[in-house]
Amino acid sequence: MTATAAMTPPALVSLALALVVALPLLGALLAVVAGRRGGAVALATLGATGAALAVVVFSVARDGAPVLMALGGWAPPLGIVLRADGLAGAFLCMSWLVLGGVMLQGLHRFGPSSDPPAETRAGFAFWPLVLLLWGALNAIFLSRDLFNLYVGLELLSLAAIALVAIERKPETIAAALRYMVFALMGSLLYLLGAALLYAAHGTLDTVLLAARTPAGLPDHMAAALITAGLAVKTALFPFHAWLPPAHAGAPAPASALLSGLVPKASFFILVQVWFGALPDMTDPAMPLVLASLGAVAVFYGGIMALRQERLKQIIAYSTVAQLGYLFLIFPLAGGDSAAQPWAAGAWTGAMFHALSHALAKASMFLCAGLWITAAGHDRLNGLRGMAKATPIAAFAFGLSAIVLMGLPPSGAFTAKYLMLTAAFASGQVIWAAVLVLGGLLAAIYLYRPLVLTFARDMPEGLTAITRAAQLVPLVLAAAAILLGLASAAPFEFLQIGRPEAAAEGLE
Amino acid sequence: MTAVALADIAFDLILCALLLSAALAALSRQPLFGAVIFFIVYGVFAAIAWLRLGATDVALAEAAIGAGLTGVLLLGAMARLDAAAHTEPGFGLAEALTAIAAVGVTLGLGWAFLALPEPGGLQQAVAANLAQSGSENPVTAVLLNFRAWDTLLESIVLLAALIGVWALADDAAWGGRPGLRHHTRPGGVLASFGRVLPPMGLLVGVYLVWAGASQPGGAFQGGTVLAAVWLLVAMAGVVRAPHVSATWLRAALVAGPVVFLAVGLAGVAAGAFLTLPPDHAKALIVTIEVTLTLSIAITLAALVLGPPENAEQAP
Repeated sequence: MTATAAMTPPALVSLALALVVALPLLGALLAVVAGRRGGAVALATLGATGAALAVVVFSVARDGAPVLMALGGWAPPLGIVLRADGLAGAFLCMSWLVLGGVMLQGLHRFGPSSDPPAETRAGFAFWPLVLLLWGALNAIFLSRDLFNLYVGLELLSLAAIALVAIERKPETIAAALRYMVFALMGSLLYLLGAALLYAAHGTLDTVLLAARTPAGLPDHMAAALITAGLAVKTALFPFHAWLPPAHAGAPAPASALLSGLVPKASFFILVQVWFGALPDMTDPAMPLVLASLGAVAVFYGGIMALRQERLKQIIAYSTVAQLGYLFLIFPLAGGDSAAQPWAAGAWTGAMFHALSHALAKASMFLCAGLWITAAGHDRLNGLRGMAKATPIAAFAFGLSAIVLMGLPPSGAFTAKYLMLTAAFASGQVIWAAVLVLGGLLAAIYLYRPLVLTFARDMPEGLTAITRAAQLVPLVLAAAAILLGLASAAPFEFLQIGRPEAAAEGLE
Repeated sequence: MTAVALADIAFDLILCALLLSAALAALSRQPLFGAVIFFIVYGVFAAIAWLRLGATDVALAEAAIGAGLTGVLLLGAMARLDAAAHTEPGFGLAEALTAIAAVGVTLGLGWAFLALPEPGGLQQAVAANLAQSGSENPVTAVLLNFRAWDTLLESIVLLAALIGVWALADDAAWGGRPGLRHHTRPGGVLASFGRVLPPMGLLVGVYLVWAGASQPGGAFQGGTVLAAVWLLVAMAGVVRAPHVSATWLRAALVAGPVVFLAVGLAGVAAGAFLTLPPDHAKALIVTIEVTLTLSIAITLAALVLGPPENAEQAP
């Protein structure tokens, strides 16, 4: 056995880390057998995985150092290492919260039919798919091996595509197929890049790759392929075309997963590749190209959101815009550290943005799901007066809107504040303009649904929505706000095991 | 240069030419049936190419899954296409741009390949640890020990695909049997083959799994052959596809990954997730391989059979 001492954490922490990746997958397998009781299996998995995750996060926070585990006892380059650092821990916790919300709302839509108690098609498929998607996310957030990340991405994409098609309408099947074409193209490009890196350096581990002897052209080609592949998966403009129909067409609880979490996984890998494996590789054009495409996405997504007549489509186009901000990390991270009040400010800012967007976007889709149940559709005029009928959900929607606009005291405001400070400190005012104008655009496209929701008339003929169901999106929205109100602890936590390039920049 | 070396080069050049022309034919052939056939031909040539490169395991997988199973899946998908809704794809701007991008990526890859440093694979590290891995076949050692986490996730990817296919069933048909009942002429070719071939297929499938411990072969290759056996028997009308809600079917689908996960979690006691103690590694690998083969075979066959299509309910 070649495992080093650093990769053998205490037994309890080892077990907890193993359970964090294994339990959602095990839950998915059991849900296949459990049939109509899949929802119960999912909730049990949520609880057990939450306990394991708490142990891991507590251990990381207490020691102030990442937890590493060489799988099978084989250290890289032969084996694969799992690495729970601050970033991974934060993304895992965020996913757990969103999954909890999705499962609770899913119980209403995809629970067993009551009379007779039989398994239904969608009721069978939803639970294993949600749990597989979650398992893939956890595997991705903890893996630091480029091929293992590829397998995780494949599982994630397949589960996501199947969830898009689960409504079984012609338009959602078309959206799922289009998603699949884009997702497979992205996977293929990524895999080609990973294969090139392995051929050149004999390892797939990001830490070992960072210490490689640069190979010149193969490295550049690999970086370009990996970046292009992941950009397609993260729906970066101009590869965004698959996202709005897929996210708007899926059932609302699935949309919450697809919009809030799935693109964050490919972005997470992009960050691991650029800041972890290849920080020395950057030529000045790369950060500029990625950030420019991100900026176009912010405006294009915002303007398209403005033109939609259905709530879920507005929220889906808003995701195109919000994902654009994440790509500003490439020129903004690092820079002259003397000019920056905090090292790694912009890097941390982008992560704050990814986290708070996930929570707020999931909350919005869950609100949309409740209103579709109440009104039977998601056309904007149907929202009129929803604040009277479903006050808690309307409050959650309002809080989420604050997050998407990047207003204080939300986590997205902390994100924008950190990124703006970095932009001004490093003299890149143009990206500051994107951040500010993008927030303004979000306020404009969210104005219509907000005004209608809080209109004074009382809607009629609605299906009643329980308070408990409305509390679910509120918890998620409140978490996104809390991320800003109490930003010191998550800020510190994110710095644990942070890559050096996050403070030093890519150039 | 010896005559043998010259013949080798000639063989490889012809193989490359055949690969390229099969790929081109698969892309350009109309109607779709021709394209699918050339896709299968391409898979067979690719398997031969892997053999030439000395990658017997990959060649087996390519022949069984890439050419065989994917080909059957494509034919099945084609049969389900609505003939009226079928549109002839033309060659427009989008296709031209895609072609240019693909050629660009290919040229870039070729250029990068020529600039690669000396091969620096992990063969030596694998060989050095092979004795402790529980398998004499380096490929099996990588798949089920050194990088078992990849294989575990891959086996679950297959299940995700099947759930995705089942999710496309008609709501009313849920719980029923996949596909239509196959009727064959008694004494006809299919009926006879359906009874003669399965025993041989079973033998080949089991051998592939068993041989995987020391020679090329393994769960994915063996599973594909066993899936083919089941499909043949089903197509010959000898057995019927099971109800999708049958408990034994569900249990068989997940047995392999469940056992794999359980062994992995037990490994924590020996140090880390997925640790196989060297003393028990061989037995554990065989256990995982056998259950994984069963699950892979049933998942692949269920993928080809498709979603339930008849409203008949489970008893």
